[in-house]
Amino acid sequence: MNLYLEFLTALAPEVIVVATALLVLLVDLVLVREKPLAQRVGLTGAITCLGCGLAMVWLALVPCSAHVAMLAIGPVTQWLKVPLLLLTIFAAVLSWNERFTRHAGEYFALLLLAATGLMLLVSSDNLLLIFIALELLSTSLYALAAFDKGSLASSEAALKYFLFGGMSAAFTLFGISLIYGIAGDLQLGVIEMRLRGHPAEPVFYAALVMTLVGFAFKLAAAPFHLWAPDVYEGAPTPAAAFIASGSKVASFFVLARILLSAFPAERGAASFGSYLPGWAPVLMALAALSMVAGNVAAIVQTNVKRLLAYSAIAHTGYALLALLADQRRALSALLFYTITYAFTVVGAFAVVSVVENNGRKASLADFAGLSKRAPLLSFCMLVFMLSLAGIPPLSGFFGKFYLFTAAAEALPKLSLLWLVVLAVAASAVSLYYYLQVLKQIYAVAPAPASAWPRPALSSSVAIVLLAAIVIVLGCVPDLLLGKISELLKTNPF
Amino acid sequence: MILSILTFLPLTAGVLIALLGRDRQKLGRNLAFAASLLSLTLAVGLWVAFDNAQGGMQFVESVSWVPSLGIEYHLGVDGLGLLMVLLSALIVPFALLASWKIENKPKLYFSLVLFLESGLFGTFTAQNFIHWFLFWELSLIPAFFLIRIWGGSKRGYAASQFFIYTMVGSVAMLAAFLALYATADAATRSFDFAQLAATAHQGGLFAGHKTLATAVFLGILLGLAVKVPLVPFHTWLPAAYSEAPTGTAMLLTGAMSKMGVYGFLRILWPIFPEQMQTWRTPLLALAAATIVLPAAAAFAQKDLKRMVAYSSVNHLGYCLLGIFAAARLTDGSALFPNEQAAALNGVILQMFNHGLTASALFYFVGLIEQRGGALRGLNDFGGLRQAAPVFCGLMGIALFASLGLPGLNGFPGEFLIFKGALNLSWRTALISVSGLLLTAIFLLTILQRVFSGPLPGKWSGWPDLTLAERLTVLPVMALMFVLGVFPQLLTGLANPAVLQMLKSF
Amino acid sequence: MLAWTIYISFLGAAILMFLPGENPLPARTLALLAALAGLACAVMGAIECHRHAGAGALTDVANAPWIAELGIRYHLAADGISLVLVLLTGIAAVAGVLFSWNVENRSREFFALYLALIGGVYGVFLSVDLFLLFVFYEVAIIPKYFLIVIWGSTRREYGAMKLALYSFVGSAMVLVGLIAAYVVAGTKTFDLAELAKVPFPAAFQNWAFIVVFVGFAILAGLWPFHTWAPTGHVAAPTAASMLLAGVVMKLGAYGALRVAMTLFPIGLHTWQNTIAVLAVVGIVYGALVALVQQDFKFVIGYSSVSHMGFVLLGLMTLTQIGLTGAVLQMFSHGIIAGLLFAVVGRMVYDRTHTRDLAVLQPMNLNRVLPFAAVTFVVGCAASMGLPGFSGFIAELQVLVGAWQSFPVFGVLAAVGILVGIAFTWRVLLKAFFAEDKVEARPLTPCPRISLPERVGAVLLLATTITIGLCPGLLLDLITPALNSPLMQPLWKAGMR
Repeated sequence: MNLYLEFLTALAPEVIVVATALLVLLVDLVLVREKPLAQRVGLTGAITCLGCGLAMVWLALVPCSAHVAMLAIGPVTQWLKVPLLLLTIFAAVLSWNERFTRHAGEYFALLLLAATGLMLLVSSDNLLLIFIALELLSTSLYALAAFDKGSLASSEAALKYFLFGGMSAAFTLFGISLIYGIAGDLQLGVIEMRLRGHPAEPVFYAALVMTLVGFAFKLAAAPFHLWAPDVYEGAPTPAAAFIASGSKVASFFVLARILLSAFPAERGAASFGSYLPGWAPVLMALAALSMVAGNVAAIVQTNVKRLLAYSAIAHTGYALLALLADQRRALSALLFYTITYAFTVVGAFAVVSVVENNGRKASLADFAGLSKRAPLLSFCMLVFMLSLAGIPPLSGFFGKFYLFTAAAEALPKLSLLWLVVLAVAASAVSLYYYLQVLKQIYAVAPAPASAWPRPALSSSVAIVLLAAIVIVLGCVPDLLLGKISELLKTNPF
Repeated sequence: MILSILTFLPLTAGVLIALLGRDRQKLGRNLAFAASLLSLTLAVGLWVAFDNAQGGMQFVESVSWVPSLGIEYHLGVDGLGLLMVLLSALIVPFALLASWKIENKPKLYFSLVLFLESGLFGTFTAQNFIHWFLFWELSLIPAFFLIRIWGGSKRGYAASQFFIYTMVGSVAMLAAFLALYATADAATRSFDFAQLAATAHQGGLFAGHKTLATAVFLGILLGLAVKVPLVPFHTWLPAAYSEAPTGTAMLLTGAMSKMGVYGFLRILWPIFPEQMQTWRTPLLALAAATIVLPAAAAFAQKDLKRMVAYSSVNHLGYCLLGIFAAARLTDGSALFPNEQAAALNGVILQMFNHGLTASALFYFVGLIEQRGGALRGLNDFGGLRQAAPVFCGLMGIALFASLGLPGLNGFPGEFLIFKGALNLSWRTALISVSGLLLTAIFLLTILQRVFSGPLPGKWSGWPDLTLAERLTVLPVMALMFVLGVFPQLLTGLANPAVLQMLKSF
Repeated sequence: MLAWTIYISFLGAAILMFLPGENPLPARTLALLAALAGLACAVMGAIECHRHAGAGALTDVANAPWIAELGIRYHLAADGISLVLVLLTGIAAVAGVLFSWNVENRSREFFALYLALIGGVYGVFLSVDLFLLFVFYEVAIIPKYFLIVIWGSTRREYGAMKLALYSFVGSAMVLVGLIAAYVVAGTKTFDLAELAKVPFPAAFQNWAFIVVFVGFAILAGLWPFHTWAPTGHVAAPTAASMLLAGVVMKLGAYGALRVAMTLFPIGLHTWQNTIAVLAVVGIVYGALVALVQQDFKFVIGYSSVSHMGFVLLGLMTLTQIGLTGAVLQMFSHGIIAGLLFAVVGRMVYDRTHTRDLAVLQPMNLNRVLPFAAVTFVVGCAASMGLPGFSGFIAELQVLVGAWQSFPVFGVLAAVGILVGIAFTWRVLLKAFFAEDKVEARPLTPCPRISLPERVGAVLLLATTITIGLCPGLLLDLITPALNSPLMQPLWKAGMR
């Protein structure tokens, strides 16, 4: 009994969220079935937000630390769930104004289940539970991507997502099973102990690579990124926002956890002049490929959502640099970067959804003259785009700066400088396409179309709030960074 | 203080006039003339307060300007400088009066002339190279615009040539001085003329770098040679002088050309005695060429203004002859001190007197052009003596003064120069005498073709000098007589300065 | 006091963004007030610093912890060199607003971007924490882009993007160098004075110096990375070109001096001759290309490249007199370039709608726009380096310094001055003073030069003449600054 109570207390936020999902389904099915869609969406959305809020409150008020069953919950993981829930709330807020589906309850339930998957993902240090959480997340996201039944692109996107995802999940599972075969256990700490002192066998490398494939897919790292542009473009925008933000944060954290807890010794190195086999060279290759492929492909895009997708690929590349730094700085930089990136990209997608809701597509030409119609919105988009480009004093700049500094500091000093140089160069190139969006918004005359209806209040508030977060975290990064550093002082995992 | 006031008074007046509204042309003119008269008064006052016996610099002002580079705001006058200041102060009102009837933007014209006057004063009183160079360049711009905007039909070309030649010369000078400054060692490094002269005298200026010394000398020489001008750098002058409006031509020939000769005396003479001695022979040859060739060219001209322009070059050639002839190192034993002193005195006198006569000549030619309906060819007129006897008489006086007739002011200068040159360098002097002859010939030709002979019908109504014109030209005419008979007025100032110069050579 | 220059500018920009209505007058007035306030703060701050500090001290303006994790502080300080450049920014800012008085289209955003740019520039000149300096340096890039792409003229999209990308690539190079320096130093600080004391290994300095120097020098117009400058200047609206040529190019030179040369003196030695060669090539090449241009603004654009070559040459001489000349040339050229672009852009182009010299020549502009003609004449005289204007002493000092360190380059630079005189004089004649024969052509009437333009022109002219006649005003700030703690590494590197 005590065990189960402990279990439940440890997983209370997840429980709350799951309960909210069930509640949403119930309410939608029973209470408001006949009401107009707007009301249904509004109500279910509100319940979603409340549930997530409640979970956040619990996380804030009730400290928890549990290493029971397959869970490993510490201060860091508890804290990390707060931004994840916040991102879910933002996704829900964005969905309030969407009318692409009649199945409001199911939509929000899936969203909440995906959130649960996210939270479980960061709570575990057992490869099996990690995989289960990953699948929970992925399946929910596949379904969410398909939700716009009226759009062919949505179905195509979901199918691609599912096929790619399924395949890479298979790879991951196979890799995990190989690891189990080698190490004899699925707990990360135990694996590390078992592997200690033993030279790595070729099979191990195969296992490692296969495991990494799954995560590389989830993170949209090149060359496993081919699903991303289509999914970002085709999926309903709030869903795309959620995919782009939440799953990135959690997946990075989990990847860091796996690599740094279970395989610190098999790190390897790939700086100029010294090559050691391990997971570092693989990550380096992924990072370099992602940065280059993402930025180069983004230059020629004419659809803003696809542009954001390729930029996401590039950003994955940058973030992978963090994993190559030494441990403490690595996690700190990674968390700061991914969290700020997540908020920025949700904001960008929010602006895109506002533009789409007003009868346009999301191509560059549809943004023309936005500054005249909606100056505040345009300013927020300016903030988001420049933050992604890495212009101070926005959070994206400091995130990149911190990331690059951490990577450069990796011992031996300046060994990763070539990668930092590549990242900086790629970042410089990226300014081009972000400025293209901004040029459309600010410099191009608007098309003489019908009047521009005002964006919904909830969307506007969300966008402004996100922009404010980006600016504040850019000017005073210590607000976030201080908290992260404090949390990481103790053993992060 | 007085020298600074003198220098900046025309500048300030010029700025004020330029700022007046468009409808205040008359006020502008009057103001300009008043300012020039005020400058003249100041200059005369300076003369009165000047101590003739002393040979060095007086009314010295020295303020440190850019200490790290050794640039000072350093003014002072000795006899030579004072004479040049007086000359400029005399010619400017004369030129302003000659330009009184300008119709196109007179205000701007007058303020440019005043800027030019400031430049002249500044150059003649400066004792530090950068200070000197600043005013040297400052006089370039107004002159350029004066020719460009108010000149004759080929003014664009003339102004451009003027600008290019002078600019190239100035740049060469600046480069030379910079090289001088940069290669000197830190203790003696300076831009100050007196200090440089002192260092040169002790032999410490180039410390044995012969080629560098020669290069610097040639650079400064080039700059000054273009200004004087010295053949073969004179080709800008005929065009510039003949295309310039009358008042500007008077200024150019009367005062600005003296800047070059002044530069020879103030800069090259004290600082580069060795080099002057080394290059004396070629320079004498060039001086002789400057005397003979333009005289011959003037002889072949058909345009009155051009003839006078060429004759200007010829007269300045005498100055250079005097300087180069006197440039013999005495090395302790006095070789020809009297002759040297004579030659240099002659040079200074010639500078002053030629300023007066040449500007008078240009004034008269300008009058001819005005009355003749823009004609000024040698053969366009004839027998004007019958129509305008006063005009002819006065112009004749000016022509004779330019010729060097004893009793008029042109004579003492030329006489002293030749007295010195014949002893110091008789070959060159002999060749130059032919220049005297040629000058006499063409000046008399002017007299004959324009004034004597039968009067053609179309000129029978040729107006004589009006009262205003007579009053304009009267002071200069009077000076021609006075200085011809009492050259002591000038030599009294010039001689102490000359002796000082010779002492330190 | 000095920090208020930054705050006022950004505050002004923020207020302008949210100003309601389309009326340009409140926008202009507010911008002018902000610029004037900035200038006033700059002047007062300069006087205060000069009085309190001894000769050559670095006066702290603001020093607060910022990001403890990386040892970054919000540290502003000024020595004589920063003060000179801050003063330049103040004057150029006011002049730019005056010359943009006629901007009607989206004037709020124009002035907001303008003030943001000014704020960033002030920040760069006052920062002594390298992270902070870099932040301000990058902040300045985006307003430039928008100013050109929205209000520019010829090929503005291309020009703006080229400028933005070149600047960003330059700053990327600087970023790499900064991070590398931070990591190698191991002192967990980004403070310039602290990092200047760190003895970086020679091999590291050799590559770090050139990366950081070129990164900054791209913005300064170092040949052959200067190609953004002519295109950018031509595409930009008048006020933006005034600021670009006048102030932003100085950001690059200042960064090169403050960061590259101060942190990596050994690297400086290694690359000194190479960069001096590039600088001299820039001087001569810029002047030669300007000589054959047919577009009025291109002439001035290339002349900027040529003048900045002097700055870079002066920096490379590593002599006191050369460095002083370089800083003075930064100030002088800033004012003169602003003046020339104002005439070309605002006075001539806005009225005649052409920049083609062949079309302008018969227009007899000296009769139609006499004020512009006079302003341009004086501006050209100053640009040629005639004595009495600020450029003369500056170029003199650079030449003397060059003669001491690389005599041949000094001579070549002097040749560059000659070509400079030639092209300046050519453009003056072609643009304003027509040939003789076209008296008969009727003069196209043009609107008179307005009061704000006159005030702006007088401001700039007065500055260049004042500094030309009393260079001591600025030299008194610069010369002692060469002894400031930030310049110590240069002394150790063998500055004479």
